Amino acid sequence: MATQHSRTAARIMMAPAVTLLLGWMLVPLIMTLYFSFKKYLPLRGGDLGWVGFDNYVRFVSSSAFWPSVTATLIIVGGVLAITICFGVLLAILLDQPMWGQGIVRILIIAPFFVMPTVSSLVWKNMFMDPNYGLLSHLWEFFGAEPIQWMSQAALPSIIIIVSWQWLPFATLILLTAIQSLDSEQLEASEMDGASTLRRFWHIILPHLSRAITVVLLIQTIFLLSIFAEIFVTTGGAFGSKTLSYLIFQRVLESQNVGLGSAGGVYAIILANIVAIFLMRIVGKNLDN
Amino acid sequence: MARAVSPRRKSINTALAWGIGLIIFFPILWTILTSFKTEGQAIADPPIFLFFDWTLENYSIVQERSDYMRFLWNSVIIAGGSTLLGILIAVPAAWSMAFVPSKRTKDILMWMLSTKMLPAVGVLYPIYLLFIKLGLLDSQFGLVIVLMLINLPIIIWMLYTYFKEIPGEILEAARMDGASLKSEILYVLTPMAIPGIASTILLNVILAWNEAFWTLNLTAAKAGPLTAFIASYSSPEGLFYAKLSAASTMAIAPILILGWFSQKQLVRGLTFGAVK
Repeated sequence: MATQHSRTAARIMMAPAVTLLLGWMLVPLIMTLYFSFKKYLPLRGGDLGWVGFDNYVRFVSSSAFWPSVTATLIIVGGVLAITICFGVLLAILLDQPMWGQGIVRILIIAPFFVMPTVSSLVWKNMFMDPNYGLLSHLWEFFGAEPIQWMSQAALPSIIIIVSWQWLPFATLILLTAIQSLDSEQLEASEMDGASTLRRFWHIILPHLSRAITVVLLIQTIFLLSIFAEIFVTTGGAFGSKTLSYLIFQRVLESQNVGLGSAGGVYAIILANIVAIFLMRIVGKNLDN
Repeated sequence: MARAVSPRRKSINTALAWGIGLIIFFPILWTILTSFKTEGQAIADPPIFLFFDWTLENYSIVQERSDYMRFLWNSVIIAGGSTLLGILIAVPAAWSMAFVPSKRTKDILMWMLSTKMLPAVGVLYPIYLLFIKLGLLDSQFGLVIVLMLINLPIIIWMLYTYFKEIPGEILEAARMDGASLKSEILYVLTPMAIPGIASTILLNVILAWNEAFWTLNLTAAKAGPLTAFIASYSSPEGLFYAKLSAASTMAIAPILILGWFSQKQLVRGLTFGAVK
């Protein structure tokens, strides 16, 4: 059906998008690589020459590096655990017959549409403030000492805020996946007398495994680079400095571009490792 | 789909789901309620939920003090502009990949997706430097371009999956009836493509509206959108809860409403067709 003529037309139609994305990918990437091999301090002397792999070594041997890796892993791991566990349970619940299902769905999905700076500030001030926050009132109500959320429990605070933002996403995708489950299969197993727990383990969870993997990978890619949630809450203090926040500080705050760029290259490699797995799943789906 | 269950079980489901739904929604509800309180009532101990003197003064104060309208306008321009520009570039590309697929179509789609995986912080300085050199720092145009580029893969993917669903037989039928290429596109394909394009626009306006890495790092007072406007409340004005709430409510209201219409598209747009 496709003639030579239409092939040419197709190429022309794709050219702008391909060119732009190619430029968007290559130009900054090459610049980051270039800077990463230089001692480059825009405010203190500018370009001070080539330094080989010096920046790469210094980035990983700085005292801030390993704590930032730990903080990143805790935040990403914590948010993934919370959103996926609660997401599965919520999706199963929402799939049950009930009154007002549409409205409940809207209530649960809403946090995803709140811009990150708003959700972070609202949580930080109106819920987690040690004096006036609602959580402090709640703690006091039960006779407990209010927590200094941001300073004493910076990582749990950020995990709570980010989980709140991403739980709707996980729930919505898992719900979509559950709804494609063959209800006859479930009913048959019910007839056979399989317990709720057994049905969950042997039918629902295996059916959801692909959707869970997709949620896991997509969220990981987004969570590795959360920014606003740290920027407006702790500013990277109290042990909440993630890898991407550390790079941001090196590049823009202390203007050590060479060092920050080397960190950027690490971040790109890390994201690509996750991306490869995601792309495999998406690619397989494209075939059928 | 509706499975038969006892009314008792249905009641339990309903109570449980509503309870959890209200807890999850509560921070938003609380923000909206607080925006109508006075500052004193906003920090009252114990907290007041509904029985306070409702007032609109926070909204007028926020507008007067911080020029909310300018930030709102920047958000509209940046989110709307980047989405429309992206659509203009993506429609022909997605169209040709869906209707004239070649051996390389899959590879191109996968490669486009991979550009979305590039962590922003990894290319922060190059973009920052380019913006300085090109005089784009703190300009609406610069952000329109950057947000268009970061969302372009999603736009193309969404459009591609929608266009793929338009059956090829319809085209053949139109051709049998003697339709020219022009009328084919105008009267047969376009009407079928419009719902998909509309959904794509909707989701991408939301994503661009809430984007908070580039908007925070590449803008200052002039071109800052609402994300930057709210970030300026991080201290010490953040302690004025009623005003923070009014500002927050104004920043999220338009997108909450749009968002509720786009639940289905969200799954399609953000999983790249991997979950249906």
